[in-house]
Amino acid sequence: MPNRDVAELQFVRFTRLQRILHICMIVSFISLALTGLTLKFSYTKWAAVLSHLFGGFESAGYIHRSAAVVMFGVFITHLVDLYRLKRREHSSWRSLVLGPGSMVPNRRDWSELVGTLKWFVGRGERPAYGRWTYWEKFDYFAVFWGIAVIGSTGLTLWFPVFFTRFLPGSFLNIATIVHSDEALLATGFIFTVHFFNTHLRPEKFPMDITVFTGRMALEELKRDKPREYEALVASGKLEEQMEEAYQPIVIRTIRAFAWVALAVGFSIVLWIIYAMLFAYR
Amino acid sequence: MAERKNARWKGKGCAARGAILALLAIAFSLLLLERSACAADQPGAECLACHGEKSLTTTRARKTVSLFVDGKKFAASVHGSFGCTGCHADLEGKDFPHETPARVNCGTCHTAEQELYARSLHGKAIARGDPLAPRCVNCHGNHDIVPVKDQRSAVAPLKVPFVCGQCHQEGTPVSRNRQIAQDNILGNYSESIHGEALLKKGLSVAPTCATCHTAHSILPHTDPASSIARRNIAATCTKCHSQIEIVHRKIIRGELWEKQANVLPACVDCHQPHKIRNVYYSQGMADADCMRCHADEKLRRARDDKSMYVSASEVSHSRHSKIACSQCHSEVNASRVRPCETITRGVDCTSCHDEIGKLYATSIHGQLTGKNDLNAPSCKECHGTHGVLGKQDPQSSTFATNVPGLCARCHREGQKAAVRYTGRQHEIIANYTESIHGILLKNGLTVTATCTSCHTAHHILPRSDPQSSVNAANVPVTCGRCHHGIEEQFENSIHAKRVGGSTKELPVCNDCHTAHAIRRTDEDNFRLDIMGKCGRCHEDIAKTYFDTYHGKVSRLGYTKAAKCYDCHGSHDVLRVTDPRSHLSRANVAATCQKCHAGATRRFAGYLTHATHHDPKKYPFVFYTFWGMTGLLLGTFVVGGLHTLLWLPRAFQMRRELREAEANAKTAMSAETPPAKEGTDA
Repeated sequence: MPNRDVAELQFVRFTRLQRILHICMIVSFISLALTGLTLKFSYTKWAAVLSHLFGGFESAGYIHRSAAVVMFGVFITHLVDLYRLKRREHSSWRSLVLGPGSMVPNRRDWSELVGTLKWFVGRGERPAYGRWTYWEKFDYFAVFWGIAVIGSTGLTLWFPVFFTRFLPGSFLNIATIVHSDEALLATGFIFTVHFFNTHLRPEKFPMDITVFTGRMALEELKRDKPREYEALVASGKLEEQMEEAYQPIVIRTIRAFAWVALAVGFSIVLWIIYAMLFAYR
Repeated sequence: MAERKNARWKGKGCAARGAILALLAIAFSLLLLERSACAADQPGAECLACHGEKSLTTTRARKTVSLFVDGKKFAASVHGSFGCTGCHADLEGKDFPHETPARVNCGTCHTAEQELYARSLHGKAIARGDPLAPRCVNCHGNHDIVPVKDQRSAVAPLKVPFVCGQCHQEGTPVSRNRQIAQDNILGNYSESIHGEALLKKGLSVAPTCATCHTAHSILPHTDPASSIARRNIAATCTKCHSQIEIVHRKIIRGELWEKQANVLPACVDCHQPHKIRNVYYSQGMADADCMRCHADEKLRRARDDKSMYVSASEVSHSRHSKIACSQCHSEVNASRVRPCETITRGVDCTSCHDEIGKLYATSIHGQLTGKNDLNAPSCKECHGTHGVLGKQDPQSSTFATNVPGLCARCHREGQKAAVRYTGRQHEIIANYTESIHGILLKNGLTVTATCTSCHTAHHILPRSDPQSSVNAANVPVTCGRCHHGIEEQFENSIHAKRVGGSTKELPVCNDCHTAHAIRRTDEDNFRLDIMGKCGRCHEDIAKTYFDTYHGKVSRLGYTKAAKCYDCHGSHDVLRVTDPRSHLSRANVAATCQKCHAGATRRFAGYLTHATHHDPKKYPFVFYTFWGMTGLLLGTFVVGGLHTLLWLPRAFQMRRELREAEANAKTAMSAETPPAKEGTDA
């Protein structure tokens, strides 16, 4: 901290809790995906190998449920964090939802989507995105939807005796299909579209580690989120949100972790494609 | 009271005595009358004038011979009425003192006996001029011959042994100088059951020498016409022991008794002649005869150099220790120096083990033996020869723990039976050894199933044969011999022919449990393989099982998940519509509760064979699947298109970025002095 050179400082985009939650989410999500897909694609040789690696099906089941508990924990912690954010910075839920930093899609997102599509086809300039782009909002709510759908059906399958006290037995069959196909959707989407949108986009290739470090270069903020940058400059709060970059060793560690997650994610995608196209039953 | 009784007896006794005396008086007077009448012109009276004198003697071959003839005895004899010249015909009309008369020829009257005698051992000896050979008189006497039935007859049953014994007893010239295989004949006979009956108990119908040897047609036992020839012995003995085959049924097959006596042990093989007892006399003399040669360890057969050594101790410890050599090696001829030289065929165990022999003959082993197949096992391949032991003996090759090894000699992979086998069973022995039966046997449980428990010991047949114990139709019964309770369940299940009424081939025990690699049903392999077994017939339903949770985790090797039989039952599997089924409306919740404690009837509504491929049977599952698939495809199409459209712009951005970076770098290097660059480096 000797000389706080503004040029060396980075913009803080995510809080520490948010970063921790994202890491927990990655770990639990990949665990859930691997253990769950062994069951979904049990007819492939891959599944048998993986199941064996997890110490047999029984132990894979324990891992799946433990990871689910972690996922629920992440979700609940985030909700609590939201509540604390509301208490700290917003007078009401309405203000939180409609405020400038809100994740809830609004009319501007719609116009940005249209603008983006126009930009794609060369009929306009790239929209000046704010703090959260529409695809980031989509990803965020996809998790809400996923947790609701996969989580609820998962609990039904976890405690079938309890749930069939008031649900018909065949609901378990429905729950199985919904759980597994929604999970397939989630894994497929995260490991392709989300990966592309945040990491593999040519200008970010091979990866964007902002979500792990919580920091991004000011240049990047200016380029990617010009509207937010301008708002921060205008309000004079930019300086408050600048912090020093991490040591290279920390960055390397983070990169190594991210590479592993990325590799596992892509392997899963390849496995899904193989299972769906060549071994489907 | 006793006195009164005595008195009464005395009274009766007096009357009887009186009657007897009267009868005797009458008989005596009649006798006197007759005698006086005879004396008047008694035939041979002239002869008796001289021969009636006890002092009349002559010298023949330097021996003094009495010429006395007891007139009374002669007169009372069967020949009394013929007079002296009736027999001594050459003396008719001769003057006194006459020449030594010619030898009397009994054959003049007794033609038939004479003929028999002439052909007999004795007759031939006489013809040879053997001085020791007996003539008629030696047995029958001369002037005092009475009917055989008369107790006074020299050849009355009670006397016969002694008549024959004159020559045939120890120490006589005949016994010393003539080749007679038997010794101490009279002594042995008198101690035998026959001799005892006759001589000690006075049973006049007990067999004497003549009963077996005949009276006049005595021939050596080597003569096929002899009553004691091997071929005829049975007939001779059965003259008295007419139904002996009934009590010897286990030893001798009835119809062979007379037809093929040569292949059977003859009576005398067990009941030695002259020593006959109602117990076996087998282990004594006969075996010793054989062992004279066969005890030699170096004894070899000239033909093929096969060792002919017989270990006496092996035999004596065997199951057949009380059986004589000749009972099995039945064609021996005791009259030969080498009694075994008459043997033409091998041992036929069926002469005693008749029932087993019949079974064996119909078995695949027996059929092949019948075709002279050199690989086919006969009795001895499994049971051994002289050392044969009962299957209860742990040393026996047929003791339970030794059976798999015994069968393995031919049926192990690569061995002669396995090589020619074309069926589906392979590694039979290895599989059996690792099977539950094999493991139990290795642990010493002798009642567990060995090869013979299922295939039988002597009635082994290929499974294609309807008679085979391992034919599909008979398998439940075969297994049920031990697993009786399970057989009962199975026979009432849908898989039983009787219940199922299916025309298709129904499964039996080995279709699920395998034939030789039978495992414990709680072993992982069994639990994981069963779906494949059931799926051989229930193909579609097994497929749909794998579409549900139970099937998927089972496929990953999770043994605890419900397998077919956990829900449907194993041996008592029934239609789900059957009220007794484990899956009937009344029982289904309890069945689920085996794993899912607290499961309700509604819980059991889970569709355990649901598949999203069947819209008619499982519409909800079908439409949910396609709904979800639609959502999936929609999302991926939108997301994918968005990404694809983005790509060209993203690459453009990347290029611009790189250019901007490069520009910034050149700008920076132009601006900054070299010194700073140096510190940076």
